Amino acid sequence: MSATQIRRDAAEEVPDEAALGPGASRAGRPSRRSGEWRALVIQPVLVVLGVLAFVLWRATATLSETEARQLGAAALWDSTLRHLSLTAVAAAIVLLIAIPLGVALTRPALRRFTPVVIGLANVGQAAPAIGLFVLLAMWLGFGFWTTVVALVVYSALPVLRNTMVGIQGVDPRLVEAGRGMGMSGLAVLLRVELPLAAPVILAGVRTALVLLVGTATLATFIAGGGLGVLINTGITLSLDSLLISGAVLVALLALAVDWLGRVVEYVARPKGL
Amino acid sequence: MSDPVPTPVAPAAPERRVSGVPIRLEHVTKRYPGQDRPAVDDVSLEIAAGETVMFVGPSGCGKTTLLKMINRLIEPTSGRIFLGDEDVTNQDPDRLRRRIGYVIQAGGLFPHMTVATNVGMVPRMLGWEKPRIAERIDELLDLVGLDPDVYRDRYPRELSGGQQQRVGVARALAADPPVLLMDEPFGAVDPITRHRLQDELIAIQGEIGKTIVFVTHDFDEALKLGDRIVVFDVGARIVQYDTPEAILADPAEEYVAKFVGAGATLKQLTLTRVNSLELRPATTATVGEAAAAAVARARAAGDELIVVLDRRGRPISWPTVAEVSRMTTIPATVDEKLPVVGLGSTLSDALDTMLAASQGGAVVLGRRDRLAGVVTVEMIMDVVQRTRQEAAG
Repeated sequence: MSATQIRRDAAEEVPDEAALGPGASRAGRPSRRSGEWRALVIQPVLVVLGVLAFVLWRATATLSETEARQLGAAALWDSTLRHLSLTAVAAAIVLLIAIPLGVALTRPALRRFTPVVIGLANVGQAAPAIGLFVLLAMWLGFGFWTTVVALVVYSALPVLRNTMVGIQGVDPRLVEAGRGMGMSGLAVLLRVELPLAAPVILAGVRTALVLLVGTATLATFIAGGGLGVLINTGITLSLDSLLISGAVLVALLALAVDWLGRVVEYVARPKGL
Repeated sequence: MSDPVPTPVAPAAPERRVSGVPIRLEHVTKRYPGQDRPAVDDVSLEIAAGETVMFVGPSGCGKTTLLKMINRLIEPTSGRIFLGDEDVTNQDPDRLRRRIGYVIQAGGLFPHMTVATNVGMVPRMLGWEKPRIAERIDELLDLVGLDPDVYRDRYPRELSGGQQQRVGVARALAADPPVLLMDEPFGAVDPITRHRLQDELIAIQGEIGKTIVFVTHDFDEALKLGDRIVVFDVGARIVQYDTPEAILADPAEEYVAKFVGAGATLKQLTLTRVNSLELRPATTATVGEAAAAAVARARAAGDELIVVLDRRGRPISWPTVAEVSRMTTIPATVDEKLPVVGLGSTLSDALDTMLAASQGGAVVLGRRDRLAGVVTVEMIMDVVQRTRQEAAG
């Protein structure tokens, strides 16, 4: 068999597979991606429409003095910023703790600690959030940082679990192929395992973010501030306008954060998968 | 099989080059905690430079464990491993592995990296300059029969199983390692692609002359590819280590005889190559020529089939005289099912190819895909007959 013959053989394989594999998948890929892209556009449009509707209502509704003060632009802006900073700080801490921990627990030497850590994280999430907030406040005092601690405990599990599941889901033969060609354990982790696990890990991060935005409304009970204050005041004073405004704004914020997460997932997903 | 590459493989490499180094295992043992029998029990083995040695044996016999101890993916419990004269038993495993090509089933390609990134992995780790890596990638893709311009920037999922496997071989060869370890690499592809990949490996090995250790559970694959075969029993006990011919002719134990199976004479077909037969000339016709003239030539020669060549002299179809006589000119239609074998193909492969086609034979390609002749079922039956008689007498 001559070298040219080999080349010809290789070329011959192309027509039959164009019908099956790559041809089909190449055609399928852009349409799948563009479907996702449309979904990514619709969500922020809905959020913007929601915000516009709220602004419209606020401008036309007749409100009492208390309501008007609580729903003033400055107050709303402060509450929203506070809410976002609670979410962002807690999320940053969760990422810094849960991703390295999740990676560590998939290393052979530490694998035996997995049940213990997952069990602890489960307890954190299974405990009623309000109970967790109050208990931590009794121990650590009221305020911003206690809220952050409570939020971290409450939302670490999805990131931790998805990091582990994502890495465990990487085909072990790829890890072996990497080691077999002389990549160090760290190189395999950084260049093979983490990139391939990225979609699952990022999905966990997005779940945690949405969870954080919702749970941060409870901060009001331990003097942590945020949009929960509106809801709480609305309930206490029987002011439906405040209650509903708070709830709608939190929902819009959660949707917006979820969208940001989806955008990151879309952009960061490794090509070729 | 002192010279396993009987045909000139490529114009550039008329003679076999040996770039491999010998591998020597001394009293290598692997014991897993909690198991009373060692997985690999005191194995000593020497593999000559540039040889392809096949590890065969039942599953669980320790052949894969032994293979993985050569690049220390599995650390031996005791014993020493030498590459050339160098004792690598205690060398840094990552450095060691960059000098040993490693091919696994389905190529083990990283799905999030392009073909070029996959192939360039080891050279990058070794700190090669970018232009040199790019040049090497193209050279290797060319070697394994993939057009670099077409495949360089594709992702593995855009390739067929056979193509992925080719890229896997290219990646293993990237830094020109003297030793290549292959762990059942062709196990996951369909039989036709597997035969093709095997033929290519023979051709590539003819060009590069690495020391190859190849694990397989397919004895026919071992016969076809191996310069030597090691037959293992449980605990990686070496039952026989010899050339394919010797193992077929004289199995060391009942165990080997069973493993070889009943069709030993038929298996001789895997050891004989098409170029050792006296090929029959065929009546040919060129695309665009008048059909009647071709039919007349075929009738004169007593042929029932006519090989149609394209303008560059490569066979494209093989119709019967009756079919051609219904045409006015010879058409340029390419027959996708045209049974084609190379001069280096084994008789077993040739027979496979013929059985899938209707012509009762196969077209044999020589250099540059030119027609070398045809081989027929009768010719192969003759070989079987002769082998039987030799065995009996």
